[in-house]
Amino acid sequence: MDVVAKKELAKVACNVRKGIIEGTFNAKSGHPGGSLSIADIISYLYFKEMNIDPANPAMPERDRFVLSKGHAAPALYSVMAQRGYFPVEELKTLRKIGSRLQGHPSMKCLPGIDISTGSLGQGISAACGMALGGKLQNADFRVYAILGDGEIQEGQVWEAAMYAAAKKLDNLVAFVDNNNLQIDGTVEEVNSPYPIPEKFVAFGWNVIEIDGHSFDEIENALNAARECKGKPTAIVASTTKGKGVSFMENQVSWHGAAPNAEQYEIAMKELDEVLNGLEG
Amino acid sequence: MADVIKVATRDAYGKALVELGEKNPNVVVLDADLAAATKTGGFKKAFPDRFFDTGIAESNMMGVAAGLATTGYTVFASSFAMFSAGRAFEQVRNTIGYPHLNVKIGATHAGISVGEDGASHQCCEDIALMRSIPGMVIINPADDVEARAAVLAAAEMDGPVYMRFGRLAVPRIFDEDYKFEIGKAVTLKEGTDVTIIATGLMVKEAIEAAEALEAEGVSVELINMHTIKPLDKEAVVAAAKKTGCIVTAEEHNVIGGLGDAVCDAVCEEYPVPVVKVGVEDTFGKSGPALDLLPLFGLDAKNIVEKAKIAISKK
Repeated sequence: MDVVAKKELAKVACNVRKGIIEGTFNAKSGHPGGSLSIADIISYLYFKEMNIDPANPAMPERDRFVLSKGHAAPALYSVMAQRGYFPVEELKTLRKIGSRLQGHPSMKCLPGIDISTGSLGQGISAACGMALGGKLQNADFRVYAILGDGEIQEGQVWEAAMYAAAKKLDNLVAFVDNNNLQIDGTVEEVNSPYPIPEKFVAFGWNVIEIDGHSFDEIENALNAARECKGKPTAIVASTTKGKGVSFMENQVSWHGAAPNAEQYEIAMKELDEVLNGLEG
Repeated sequence: MADVIKVATRDAYGKALVELGEKNPNVVVLDADLAAATKTGGFKKAFPDRFFDTGIAESNMMGVAAGLATTGYTVFASSFAMFSAGRAFEQVRNTIGYPHLNVKIGATHAGISVGEDGASHQCCEDIALMRSIPGMVIINPADDVEARAAVLAAAEMDGPVYMRFGRLAVPRIFDEDYKFEIGKAVTLKEGTDVTIIATGLMVKEAIEAAEALEAEGVSVELINMHTIKPLDKEAVVAAAKKTGCIVTAEEHNVIGGLGDAVCDAVCEEYPVPVVKVGVEDTFGKSGPALDLLPLFGLDAKNIVEKAKIAISKK
């Protein structure tokens, strides 16, 4: 990826992170940690990878996106706002009565959400159904899902993993956001899902390991996924929970807590500094 | 007298799917390794490209069904009632019900009449579970004619439907020209002393009970409530006003099923005594279905007794 493109993506991701902070601060609740960890991946998907049209969110040939770790909704809403699905200002309504931005994504509330998620382990099954539907109608669209590393403790993820490989769903890409933290501690402490790549390999997937904050690596992985025929691709992305906000990084306490006014100011200042650096 | 035709509603489901498949290329069918038992095997044979077996993974099947529905298909997802409504409850609730997707759940082997497999497979809680999901339509057909009509009607409407079918061959009640409308109760007989509201295989028992009661001089209003949600409250309230007492009959726990739905309707509008015939908050057991049904009070004899109790409470 050239330097200019990378810089533009970095700006997008930084703005996505600002939106995550803005939303959770205004909501006084939500999940900033696991939203910040996927900000780079989701920015790449919405700005470089996916065939989508914010003006026509139900376009039949669009690529599909499934946020299987639905609690990272602030990241999804923020990238959608950046991409032009709705005004960035609307992010301040997150989790409020009457808002289209429900605590977890609802396809009935917000155009552009391809499936309602939030209950862990279920999104990936729906993603399989979408990919199957695409195959059945000989459509070219691809399906992108993001799973959490804690989420893959859900047995249903492995039902879906077995099925996706059995049905040769090579139009399906599932990221695993491996930030190593879940509510009760590190994923190893709670119930280790490691080794993650080997598990997906054993289930018959094409597996790629990347740094989930490197646009080059995200791009290369997605290109390799496109080239892989007959198998779904799992991209196991090593990430940092809370990435981009110093005091939230690698802190499990920021899984499901909103910044207060003082923390909000610090976080926004940090992100603005990064943004200014990129503008310079 | 001609022999009574007996067909399991699951057989009618399987045949109706093939009929639908011929008419509608948008219909796809999913199963979880029970195609021979749920009778989706016919569709599998006729339309192999539109049949998907997820294996023994009902939770995933419901999610796959939801995803397929978002790409424009009318999806029928089949398993036993225990695993459709029970095991996969939360998948049905969150990934099908909440987004109100066009998925039709064909749940077979409902109730005590599963027979020899016993309590682990005799689902008497499914109506209660599905009733609690906003927007879910629940249909419990009484015979094969009604089962076919239910499948065709479900395919015509947009949104989730839970269809409850049985394993046991049951007597045919309705004619070929039987008119079926989702949410519209069918009055089988008019009367003034007591109303019997039955669903599923209990409709046949209710017909026999009504005949027995009439022979004793009791005038019976008999209603077939094939759709449990949305309940035809108007029909229930009208019957309550007409007869002043109600007996409900269902092959389901007395908690959470048709009986409760009827109670809800009359309590709010026109309270009258309601006596329920159903599984008395207990688990099933193994045995031949035709022996088990009376053992659990799921027969005409019990309906007659309960009707007399209902009348005595007026």
